[in-house]
Amino acid sequence: MKVVYFDNNATTKVADEVLEEIKPYFCDLYGNPSSMHTFGGQVGIKIREAREKTAALLGCDPSEIIFTGCGTESDNTAIKGTLTAHPNKRKVITTRVEHPAVLSVCRDLESQGYTVVELAVDKKGRLDLSELGSNLDDNTAIVTIMFANNETGVVFPVEKIAEMVKSKGIVFHTDAVQAVGKIPINLSKSNIDLLSLSGHKLHAPKGVGILYVRKGTRLAPFMLGGHQEGGRRAGTENVPGIIGLGKACELAMHNFDQENKKVKSLRDKLEKGILAKCSDCMVNGDTESRLPNTSNISFEFIEGESILLMLDRFGICASSGSACTSGSLEPSHVLRAMGVPFTAAHGSIRFSLSRYNTEEEVNYTVEKIPPIIARLRELSPFIKK
Amino acid sequence: MWEYTDKVREHFFNPRNVGEIPDPDGVGEVGSLACGDALKLTFKLDDKGNIKDAKFKTFGCASAIASSSALTEIIKGMPLEEAAKITNKDIADYLGGLPEQKMHCSVMGREALEAAIENYRGGSKKKRELEGKVVCTCFGVTEKEIERVIHENNLDTVEQVTNYCKAGGGCGGCKGEIEKIIERIKGERAKQKTVSAPVKGQSLTNIQKIQLIQQTINEQIRPALRADGGNIDLIDVDGNKVIVALRGMCAQCALANITMKDLVEAKLREFVSDEIYVEEVKDTVDWQGR
Repeated sequence: MKVVYFDNNATTKVADEVLEEIKPYFCDLYGNPSSMHTFGGQVGIKIREAREKTAALLGCDPSEIIFTGCGTESDNTAIKGTLTAHPNKRKVITTRVEHPAVLSVCRDLESQGYTVVELAVDKKGRLDLSELGSNLDDNTAIVTIMFANNETGVVFPVEKIAEMVKSKGIVFHTDAVQAVGKIPINLSKSNIDLLSLSGHKLHAPKGVGILYVRKGTRLAPFMLGGHQEGGRRAGTENVPGIIGLGKACELAMHNFDQENKKVKSLRDKLEKGILAKCSDCMVNGDTESRLPNTSNISFEFIEGESILLMLDRFGICASSGSACTSGSLEPSHVLRAMGVPFTAAHGSIRFSLSRYNTEEEVNYTVEKIPPIIARLRELSPFIKK
Repeated sequence: MWEYTDKVREHFFNPRNVGEIPDPDGVGEVGSLACGDALKLTFKLDDKGNIKDAKFKTFGCASAIASSSALTEIIKGMPLEEAAKITNKDIADYLGGLPEQKMHCSVMGREALEAAIENYRGGSKKKRELEGKVVCTCFGVTEKEIERVIHENNLDTVEQVTNYCKAGGGCGGCKGEIEKIIERIKGERAKQKTVSAPVKGQSLTNIQKIQLIQQTINEQIRPALRADGGNIDLIDVDGNKVIVALRGMCAQCALANITMKDLVEAKLREFVSDEIYVEEVKDTVDWQGR
């Protein structure tokens, strides 16, 4: 069966060009970039090139790039490394809608006695910047706020936030895992101090990430050991992953506007098609400020896992914020923070597209969804006939 | 991805007996939209007291729908007395098993049947009312219900109890109490200790007392407030007077006084000392940042 993959915020296909690029680094060019011999040294050169490519996409200096194992590691390093470097400051500011890679770290810090402020969002998932402003003080070590939300695609005004935070002399970190490659980011013109990204969200392999550290930002290393990454992240480099990420960044830069325009038009078509054909559904999140590839739709009175399983039979891959899909008993913390009613939160489905999706796939999905929704509503005791 | 048996998948994709019987002999409704699953069961008896027909309507995941479908298949043609003996295990077994974390779906089926039989036997109430002491306030699970799933499924950890009846799956504030119920029933300590309960201090130095208060706030009180979007800061300790500030949603909550007495003070008395009393500072300035 053909797979229609609309779950690109979970992970993405490795681009064919990326795979070609990294193939030689398993069995032929397997040297250690730290070695003194030419065989290893030539790999070191490729890593330098990859660093330059990723820096080009982000608009920063290659020396500001640290390769890590994943987005979660980048987030952990940014937050904990900043706190270690500023031992007298005991307060962290974040939001209630962060990815667990940030939120769990903050809640753990809280149990260690740090003060953690989680900023609220409104029903469209937007922040109130005055709430942030009133919380910034001398005790604040770091503000960590995501660039774009993984569940709803809502994009925060990160540049403006960075400016506010910077003006108080506080370190600002952003988890940009969902944003890189989808919306323009130019770090040379921003006040962001630390930025996390993950390779497998932009068509590079899993197991590689980046932490951008602005020159002059004090940060204690998280992994200790060898001198790799200038002593800022010990451990032998994931050579194929890093080279693949470099290639993926180069591809993302290439035709950036054109491809995101295409993705956005497909997303809009999918969303409009579904909304036109299904009653009692709504889009979650601020549609004015949203990633071009993400659509989070709530189907009222039915449950997300059931919808996903029915879609799965047609090869359509998506995800849900319902409690049942996560194994927890509570629906998505993001939708709950937005005050999405329970009737809608349990029935939320996230579609996330990539440049590999086609119009045909969108049409196919728009055709398959309405009968699924109608079928599940027939089963629901909350629909009165 | 859940690993469902073929039988679960089959009953999900082709559920039997969907709908509502007009003018039924018994109606049972359990669950709610907030809980994430709900089931309405209706049945009709023949003149011999056997279940002639049964139908369901279910809001929920695949295993909830499959459990409901299985339930109706099991009870159709069964004498009412026999149906009354059905356990959640019967439903799960009929489906070739359910993932551990989905066992609560089978319990929901049994509960709906119980409610429908109760409804037939004279009660006019359609909604199942909570009987006895409520242990898990997030999902409204009573002590009686927890005892029952432990007995019927031979459970011995808090995590299992959560999987079977949801109790403890929200804020987690009742996990200690669930553990005590397990201990009582099993007559031995639960095999897995999931909650670290601080030992109540006998004679504490000031430093020890303050640390224990902070630990109790971190481990016992804050998670419960967090679940409702609130938070709490320890401001000061003066003898037995503990001064705290409620933050976030809790600060504006009309029930803040109840929270202070029933949760904050009660937990501190439980874990630290019976003499503790709590006072709230109302100022909204962040104390630590001053």
